[in-house]
Formats: sequence, C-alpha cells, structure tokens
Amino acid sequence: MNQTRFFILSLLAGTLSVFAAEPGGELRFTMRVEPKTFNPLQAADEGSELVRYLTGGVLIRLNRLSQELDPELASRWKVSEGSRRIDFELRPNIRFSDGTPFSCDDVAFTVKQLMDPSLHSPVGDSFRTGPGETETKCVSAVAGMVRFPAPVASLAALFDQVAMLSAHSPKRDIAVLGPFQVAEYRAGSSLLLRRNAYYWKRDSQGRQLPYLAAIRLDVQQSRETEMLRFRRGELDLVNKLDPELFDQLAGQMPAAALDAGPSLDWEILFFNQVPSAPIEDYKKAWFQSAAFRRAISEAINRDDLCRIVYRGHARSAAAPVSPSNHFWTNKALGAAEYSTRKALRRLEQDGFHLAGGNLIDRSRHKVEFSLITNAGNKLHERMMSMIQQDLAKIGVHLNVVALDFPSLAERITRSFQYETCLAAMTNIGLDPNEVMNIWLSSGANHPWNPSQKAPATPWEAEIDKLLYAQNRMGEAAKRKANFDRVQEIIVEQAPVLFLVYPNALAAVSARVKNLSPAPLYPQLYWNADRLALAEPARAAR
Amino acid sequence: MLVFGIALCANLVTRRPYAEQYREAVAARPSAEFPLGTDALGRDRLSRLLYGTRSSLLLAPAAAFIATVIATSLGGFFAFLGGTWERAFAAFTDAFISLPWFFVLITIRALLPLNVEPVTSAVITFGLLGLLGWPLSARIIRAGTRTFLTSDYFLQARASGIGTGPLLCKHLGPNLRPLVLAQFWISIPVFILSEANLSLLGLGVAEPLPSWGSLLRELESLGALTGHPVVLLPAVLLVAVVSCFQLLLQYPEEAT
Repeated sequence: MNQTRFFILSLLAGTLSVFAAEPGGELRFTMRVEPKTFNPLQAADEGSELVRYLTGGVLIRLNRLSQELDPELASRWKVSEGSRRIDFELRPNIRFSDGTPFSCDDVAFTVKQLMDPSLHSPVGDSFRTGPGETETKCVSAVAGMVRFPAPVASLAALFDQVAMLSAHSPKRDIAVLGPFQVAEYRAGSSLLLRRNAYYWKRDSQGRQLPYLAAIRLDVQQSRETEMLRFRRGELDLVNKLDPELFDQLAGQMPAAALDAGPSLDWEILFFNQVPSAPIEDYKKAWFQSAAFRRAISEAINRDDLCRIVYRGHARSAAAPVSPSNHFWTNKALGAAEYSTRKALRRLEQDGFHLAGGNLIDRSRHKVEFSLITNAGNKLHERMMSMIQQDLAKIGVHLNVVALDFPSLAERITRSFQYETCLAAMTNIGLDPNEVMNIWLSSGANHPWNPSQKAPATPWEAEIDKLLYAQNRMGEAAKRKANFDRVQEIIVEQAPVLFLVYPNALAAVSARVKNLSPAPLYPQLYWNADRLALAEPARAAR
Repeated sequence: MLVFGIALCANLVTRRPYAEQYREAVAARPSAEFPLGTDALGRDRLSRLLYGTRSSLLLAPAAAFIATVIATSLGGFFAFLGGTWERAFAAFTDAFISLPWFFVLITIRALLPLNVEPVTSAVITFGLLGLLGWPLSARIIRAGTRTFLTSDYFLQARASGIGTGPLLCKHLGPNLRPLVLAQFWISIPVFILSEANLSLLGLGVAEPLPSWGSLLRELESLGALTGHPVVLLPAVLLVAVVSCFQLLLQYPEEAT
C-alpha cells in the first residue's frame, strides 16, 4: 500500500515537474574537446561522441539508468544465428530533420557505410569480428535484417552507437534523427544545437520532444573557469567534477552538487612486466611475482585514498568492473583487503625479509622502485604520496615521479623505461568487449606488457582464451560466466592493482528539470530530449 | 637572515616530520598540536614550511652560484678574446636565451633516472636551473668586461707594461666584482621562482620533500584561497625574501 502511494506520488511529482518546465529555452554546458568530425560513424573523440549522442537517432538505445536496451527507431528486434543476425521492425512515419522519410533503405545505407573498411569507423570495428561481407535486406519500408559474417557479442547493444544516416536526403550530411541538430559551429569557441522539429518522440501528454529549444556547448578546457561560469549562472551543467571543486560547491550551493555514485572509471597501478624493459633483472623478478604484486596491493589503504584524496566521493576498488556496471560486475569478488601484516607474511613466503626497516629480497637487494604518473594531476600526486607512506610500512622504498604526459606515454608504451605506473582508465561502455584491447595479451593497451606475440604467462593465455570464447557466444549468461573467470584471474594474479572507482560528480543548476543522473556516460544529459528549463524565457548571453 | 636561521633550525622548532601523514587530522585548522594546521594529506604545515624554506633557501643560492661562475668565466673569457670569438659568443648566448628553456628543462628533467631520492631530485632540479640559467648574466658580464677593456685606465695600465695576469687580478677582478655580485643576488629569487613554476607542473622537488614551489601548489585553486589563510604563508614568505634580496641589491648601489 505504502509502495503504491509512493509510486503515485512520484508519478505526480514527475508530471508536475514537466508541467513546471515550459518547453523552450537554451541549455548551456561545455565540452572540453571540440568535435573532430560531425560524421557519427567516425566519432572517436569526446566532442564528436557528444554531438553524435545529442543529434543521432539510433535503432536501439542503452538506457543509462536501468542499463537495459530500450527500443528507439526500431520498435522491435530479434538477434539470432548465434548473434550474427539481427531482424528489426522500424517505427512508421519517422522523418529526418530535413523532413525526408526514414525507412529500411536508410538502415541498409548506414550499415554499408559503417562496414566500409575505407571509412575506418571505430564503431564499425566493433562489428568486424570476422572476414566476409555483411548482408542487409529490407523486407518492407519498415522491416529488415542485417547479417554479419561472424558472431558479434552484444550485437543489439552495439547499435546504441550507430546513428542512422539518410540514404536519399538532398541534405544527407546534416539530416539527423536525434532530438537536436547542428545549427551553428564556431571552431574553437562554441557549438549550437537546435531542436529537431521532426523528432519522433512524444511525452506522456502527447507533447513533442525535446522540451529544450537549443543546447549551447562552449569549448572550455579550464575546470576553474567552468565552475566560475557555473556559479555566475552562465552554465547549467558541469560534468565530471573534481572532488575538491565538488565539495566547495556543496558548501556554497548544496542543491547544485550532485553525486551519482561510483562511475565506470578506475584508478589503477600496474607493474612493468615487459621482458625487454631496460630495468634490473632482480626488479623484473619482483614484478613478475604474483605474491609480490598481491602483497603491494594488500599494503595499500584504499579506504584512506577514498576518504582523503577523493573526500569520500569514491569507492575502493578490487576488480576490473565497477559495481555501477550492474550486469558484468563479479559480486563474488570481495573488497580489496588492507593488511600490512598479511602483506609482510606473503612477502616472507616469497623470500623477502625485513632488515633495519627495509624490505630485502632473496638476492639481498633493498626493495626500492619508482612510481610514475602524469604531472599536474593533483589527485594522482596525492595518491602517490599516500601509497609511498603505506608501502614504507612494509619496508618498501617508493620514489614518486610526476612526468609530463608525452614523456609518460613514451615510457609506458614504447621505451618501457619505468617500473610502476599510476594511471586512470576511462570506461564508456558496459560490455567487456569494449575493453578487450586492455585485457588481451596482444592488445596495444595491455598495460603491463602490451602487444605480445604470444601470451607470456599461462594465466594470460587463459584470459585470452576466455575473452575470445565469450566474444563468439551469443548467450549473455555464458559470456558473463567467462568474464567472471577473467576477473577472478586478474584479481588472483594482480598484474594491475585496482585502487578506486571515482564517483561521477556534477554540478546542476536549479533551473534544469527532469534530470536523472546516471553513472554512465553521458551522465547528466543521457535523457537530453526530456530535459527542460524552469525559466526557458531567460535571455541568452 | 631570520627566515634562513629559523629554517636551518627547523628540527628544533618542530618535532613533527615533514612527510608524516596524520590521516585522522586532514586539512586541520591551526591548533596547539599543529600550529599552522595540516595540509590535504594531514601533514604538519609548520614542519613543511620550515623544511621547504630550508630546501629553497639553501639550493637557490647554490644554483645562483653555479650560474654566476659559468657566466663570469665564459663572459669574461670571450670578452677578453674579443673580435670574432666575442661576436660568436654573443650570438650563442642570444640563441640560448631565445630557447624555450622552460620546456627544455621539463624535457631534461623527464630524461633523468626515476629512482632518485627526493633530496637528490632537489639537487638535480636546482643544479639544472644553475646550469641553464647563466646566459643573461654572461651577456651582462661580457659587456662589463668589454667596457673595462676599452677604458682609458686599462689602456694606460697596459701601456705602462703591466702583464696580463696582474691586469686581470688587480684591475679586472675588482672592477667586475660589483657586477658579478649583483648577478648572483638577482639570480637567487629567479631560481626560487623557477623552481616554484616547475613545481606547479609537478616537476620540481620530488615528494615528500617540501619546497616553496610545492607548497605554493596549494594556491592553484581559487577555493584554496578562501579556505585556510595559512596556505598563503609560503607566498608571503617568498615575497618577503625576494624583496629582501632586492633591498640587498640596492644597498651596494646606494653605498657607491
């Protein structure tokens, strides 16, 4: 009864909030990087992906809140033939932003463009799992199918990133199916998106979406300036806030500070295990020992990192998947344990011993190594200082070094002149296939030993096998079982130490209505078509 | 001298180690336990300020000494050689000055070994500043030497049959000394500020050793200024010390 009452009240509140927000108005926020392309199939950078998300119409949309697939331009779909084929049925009477009708021909045209190797589409690469031609067939104007040459894992979910193009429109380059369309672009300065008058979606009262008349995106790299502009009321939203700025905002404008919980991102520490790396052999032996790596992991107080560096806006990490990823997280893997005693015992079993406060290895070398990170990242520098003090408790002497980003990238990807590295990893998608380049031993972004010709260790070979196997499976439960095992191996072997999952922090103006923040990208405006402003008539700058 | 004296006796003024993190007292306000409060990692600000002052005030003069020795040797030598050599040296110093040396410094710092103690990294940072910071002084000293070499009393001394050795020791040295000293005093605040700039990029003295540069990083964000007023102390101290050096420079000028 109480639940029913709560539901009715929530529904009423939702309805009232929509009514309180009149259609129209210009929502303003920033992008840190300006878009490199407006071709949605070639979007690879943050700016281009943002434009694709706000302007592109897709067959199927991943609901960022429920993490389920919602029907969009396709009202129904069915994946078959072991995840090689997808049949879809389109909604009728949908039009592009220039008024031309949308049909199955446009889907076929988009898939043809997507799979064209000469386009080098990053999204297309996700569908290209085997050699051969992709077949598309239209049964009618609103029904068709696409058959890929090899099974594609999470086939339906991948269509979330495929913005449909127009096959017949005379304004093919600018015709879109999303809630907004590009109206004005000033390179290096701003981008104005206006509502798409032909957008197909309507709200529960039958009013056409989006509510907003326009979105203005200013190119702004400085976080400080961005926050200053937010406080002055020039911006309505700020995404990915730094914990320090967030707390300052929470102190001054509590209603504007929004913590959406752990994001999908990780802060990690990894050990250089490249056999040809120009570091001493005895150090290579430490880094190649799972016991040593796990002991280092146990000696790091992650709760303190969350509490002090992230001011409580992070969760200590233990595994490669954030708890915000509801389906793929492995709940059997507990939190990382902090115990210097346990770490010392493990090290003693591996031949290390303490002498005069210093940890000494079997060959009587003092355990001392360096940890590098990118200069100017205050959070990383603070984390390094804390790790330095934590490791000192087990007799490890850590030298922390902040390097400018090009030097850091050169060392961890080419010259391998480093010992350990503290880095941040940003995840956009939920599916493990999107991080294959990190976990496969052949991956260029395999942190501890990239681009291996053959797996260097049996456990890396097992990870490769499990990842390739799940990629060929259609059934989600079987894929999950495989990836759970991959996560277990990574935690057992600890080639990468997961430190924290930072929270998705944001600043939101009180005039923005219908906001429903999610920890997934794009956290604040994933439901941009339903966002509204309380004072839409307020004059723009 | 007072600041320098207190910094040298840092271990007598405070018993708290500058690197110790008191994690239950993070960003604490000044109290009897922590007279200047603690920083974002719970480290005693007083201890860090004293040891940071010691690092900066010991190493910046050392770097200034290196730069001045190089500048005097090269500037004086090429001015003495004169002609094409002097012109070539002038062109070289101009080219050196026009280098984006801040970036050169970042690159050189990035090429250095990673496993160095914080104290060694501080010595390397200031050493590099000293090795790269001589051209401006060299140009001035070269010009000063040239003026001396073309002066009437030098020509008269030479005509009187005084040898090169006595000429340099008895005439050139004493004449150049005020100029060289001025360059030395000028360089100290320049190197303190350079290290502070490098630290703002996270490339100065390595953690956990404090320096004025690393302490000034707390002022990066606007919010820090409105928080603890004690975060301004390193900046106040830096301004005071740099001003003292300026006064020290003016004093001999006024005396002459």
